[in-house]
Amino acid sequence: MTKTSMTVNGKAVSAETEGRTLLSAYLREGLGLTGTHIGCDTSQCGACVVHVDGKAVKSCSVFAQDVEGADVTTIEGMANADGSLGTIQQAFQDHHGLQCGFCTPGMVMSSAALLAENPTPTEAEVRHYLEGNICRCTGYHNIVKAVMAASGQAVPAE
Amino acid sequence: MPKDGGIGDSTKRREDIRFLTGKGRYTDDINLRGQAYAYFLRSEVANGRINGIDAKAALAMPGVLAVLTGADFAGMGGNPAGWLINSRNGEPMKEPKRPVLAHGKVRHVGDAYAVVIAETYQQARDAAAAVEADITELPAVVDMAQALADSTNLVHDEIGTNQCFDWGWIEDNRAAVEEAFKNAPHVTTLELTNNRLVPNAMEPRASLADYDAGTGDYKLYTTSQNPHLHRLLIAAFVMGMPENKLTVIAPDVGGGFGSKIYHYGEEAAVLHAAKVLNRPVKWVAERSESFLSDAHGRDHVTKIELATTKDGQFLALRSETMANVGAYLSNFSTATPTFLHGTLMAGPYKTPLVYVNVKTVFTNTAPVDAYRGAGRPEATFSIERIIDKCARELGLDQAEIRRKNLLTPDQFPYTTPVGLVYDTGNYQATLDKMTELADLAGFEARRAESAKRGKLRGLGLSTWIEACGIAPSNLVGVLGARVGLFDAATVRVNATGNISVMTGAHSHGQGHETVFAQIVAEQLGIPATSVEIVHGDTSKIPFGMGSYGSRSLAVAGSAMTKAVDKIIAKGKKIAAHMLEASEDDIEFKDGNFSVAGTDKAKSFGEIAFSAYVPHNYPLESLEPGLEETAFYDPGNFTYPAGAYACEVEVDPDTGKVEIAAFTCADDFGNVMNPMIVNGQVHGGVGQGIGQALLENTSYDENGQLLTGSFMDYAMPRADDVPFYKVDHSCNTPCTHNPLGVKGCGEAGAIGSPPAVVNAVIDALHRGGHTHVSHINMPVSPARVWAAINSK
Ligand code: FES
Ligand code: FES
Repeated sequence: MTKTSMTVNGKAVSAETEGRTLLSAYLREGLGLTGTHIGCDTSQCGACVVHVDGKAVKSCSVFAQDVEGADVTTIEGMANADGSLGTIQQAFQDHHGLQCGFCTPGMVMSSAALLAENPTPTEAEVRHYLEGNICRCTGYHNIVKAVMAASGQAVPAE
Repeated sequence: MPKDGGIGDSTKRREDIRFLTGKGRYTDDINLRGQAYAYFLRSEVANGRINGIDAKAALAMPGVLAVLTGADFAGMGGNPAGWLINSRNGEPMKEPKRPVLAHGKVRHVGDAYAVVIAETYQQARDAAAAVEADITELPAVVDMAQALADSTNLVHDEIGTNQCFDWGWIEDNRAAVEEAFKNAPHVTTLELTNNRLVPNAMEPRASLADYDAGTGDYKLYTTSQNPHLHRLLIAAFVMGMPENKLTVIAPDVGGGFGSKIYHYGEEAAVLHAAKVLNRPVKWVAERSESFLSDAHGRDHVTKIELATTKDGQFLALRSETMANVGAYLSNFSTATPTFLHGTLMAGPYKTPLVYVNVKTVFTNTAPVDAYRGAGRPEATFSIERIIDKCARELGLDQAEIRRKNLLTPDQFPYTTPVGLVYDTGNYQATLDKMTELADLAGFEARRAESAKRGKLRGLGLSTWIEACGIAPSNLVGVLGARVGLFDAATVRVNATGNISVMTGAHSHGQGHETVFAQIVAEQLGIPATSVEIVHGDTSKIPFGMGSYGSRSLAVAGSAMTKAVDKIIAKGKKIAAHMLEASEDDIEFKDGNFSVAGTDKAKSFGEIAFSAYVPHNYPLESLEPGLEETAFYDPGNFTYPAGAYACEVEVDPDTGKVEIAAFTCADDFGNVMNPMIVNGQVHGGVGQGIGQALLENTSYDENGQLLTGSFMDYAMPRADDVPFYKVDHSCNTPCTHNPLGVKGCGEAGAIGSPPAVVNAVIDALHRGGHTHVSHINMPVSPARVWAAINSK
């Protein structure tokens, strides 16, 4: 076991890890940040997406020790300072972009990374970017709508 | 913040706040002090004899606490099938025991035969590799037709056959149907498969078991759509303990789609392990385990025939289906291909004669059970595909042949030839609405535009019906159900006027916490924010059969409404006393109890306060407190219906199909929260498109699962689907439940697959490939390309 330290949601943190401890396990088990979800074992579903030094990363696909010292943001760090929902989170609620909520943290983190890169993506760009995030509940309609709306663009009425 | 709205308002969901901020509490998010971890050993062969399991080396590994095998559970009961089905000859179905862990034999790849418990999950997993299981591989039974033909190679030796039952519905119709086919001017025939699917809720199954050695009480946190059903199955059938010794809690659950209705062996295994070790034991499935061991869906092979007049009037319909139940009978596996499939084979049509035959088959594959729609998608796919083929053979327009045969509003209530009574509907209205919304009139122009780009555009329709709100208990009892299917609710008005509603429904994405609160708020004339919905805990909720079959609102919502009625009735008694009036003169409206024709009134809050501080209260005739429980057993199923249109573009060079447009006009009866209803339809259609174009569960001839991960099993992704157009304005409220609701959870998954496949066939025909009459799902590029080039 090794002590691994990084910054998570603006706070300096550390927890014990093995070489094989994934970042996802570090966050969930080491730090108790259970907002990051595990939906698969092949790095396909995207439920575990977090930001590492500003980039969207599937936290099940990196070892915690490999991101020692990094600046990590999880879903728990996405709300505004006063605790209210951030723009993307609010758009997901406004447009019913979530049902069971399990894919949601990853969807929000991926969407945030997309909008940071491309502030006004087209519908096709949103759909393409979210390819690595599987949602079984929503048929993606309202997720795509929410991301478009969060970027200030017009969305279909229903 | 959630807006305060009543019935019919698109109130934003209150549960979203916790889900969007990472504060959801799913089973794997819960940890108990001192918990150990379980890892299950699963069979690598489809069929095998267990000669012995040597756990010595594993037990010596760091952190290992125990290794339990099938032998440790052999004294427990079997996990039962919920419905007893009789064969046509009157024989009861074959029901081999489904043990907690495989014992003696393993029967499918993924069949769990042992469990390692250790201090950490990694230690349990590492130690599992050191367990030596001596298993002799036997030939696997995989293909259904072969399984039925071969009486020597059996999934369960003790039952002497691979057939579970051979069911006819309705047997009395058979002769008349045969006669009609003999004399029919036109007969259309089609053989098709309904592809096997893996439900793949995004949260894998998980269980956390706790045992209190002081009281002998067990507690199970688990991924369940119906915690009371889990409690009943585990306590009464499998572990043999009084129900009051087991609490089942289903906290936030990340989707179900049917797969989390059922009791699985892992749940009993961790409960038992918690007692043996006297510490909490947690198990969380890896996705690979979900693929191998969650109940799969569909998997029918069907021959369907439709007899018509030359101008397309339906005369009779019959079908013969082989339905795979896998290696063991999962809880709803016998009801799904029968009473949820055969009874729907009349569709929304006037077809006077229908006969359905279903043979269920054991194979060395994972159990197959209800998956979103459950039997009704299979029925709808068969009906809507054969109608499409028939219309082509007779040169009729797709909408016209449907319109000609749809039941008309004056025919309700309508008794179908397969045993259901449709209470109400207007199928012309939804078909008209869809025609308008999908702009069918403009199709030809869109087709020409696609053609310019080298694409073949096609249009596919589907007019579907389903039976929801499962179910009238006396009726399902006659049909073989081993449980009642009512539901229950307690409405507790707290002394300060706010309300807790304990409902037997479970929300795993459907938004009950918001919608149910809207309903109670409207009924009691108070803000929705004063109402809290409590679900998913057998220690808090009176009883409930849970959420599946689009039953939450229709059944549990009705129970809740009945309980609210009782609250109002008691409130009137209290008000009459306080206002010194006769109870008959008290009116309740907008949250106020008033004496009719006067301005004397008491607010709901004053009545609640008086019930708990009964200083001025009719104590001699009325108990204090304001809390009511109601049980509701539905009088009939509900019958949502709709009309769907799909437009596809097919690339003739690659066979790739793209969904260009998808339109749904549904009748769900009264709608409580349009935003949520739309979301349910979107999700169902997404899954239906997945089934039609992408998803397939494939076993090789040795019973090895070839599609065991998201890398091999094609889940629909955001860029596989379009924005959908959905509408539910053509409402005919259900006539027999207090809210007039029909249910909307499964609709999209039922109505959409045939619309997609019909559209692909249409595109090929319009493109000149008229030799293609059918392509099995998933309609993959390879299959489409092969079909185009099959001439
Ligand atoms: S858990 Fe990381 S991609 Fe699925
Ligand atoms: S909201 Fe359930 S998986 Fe996306």
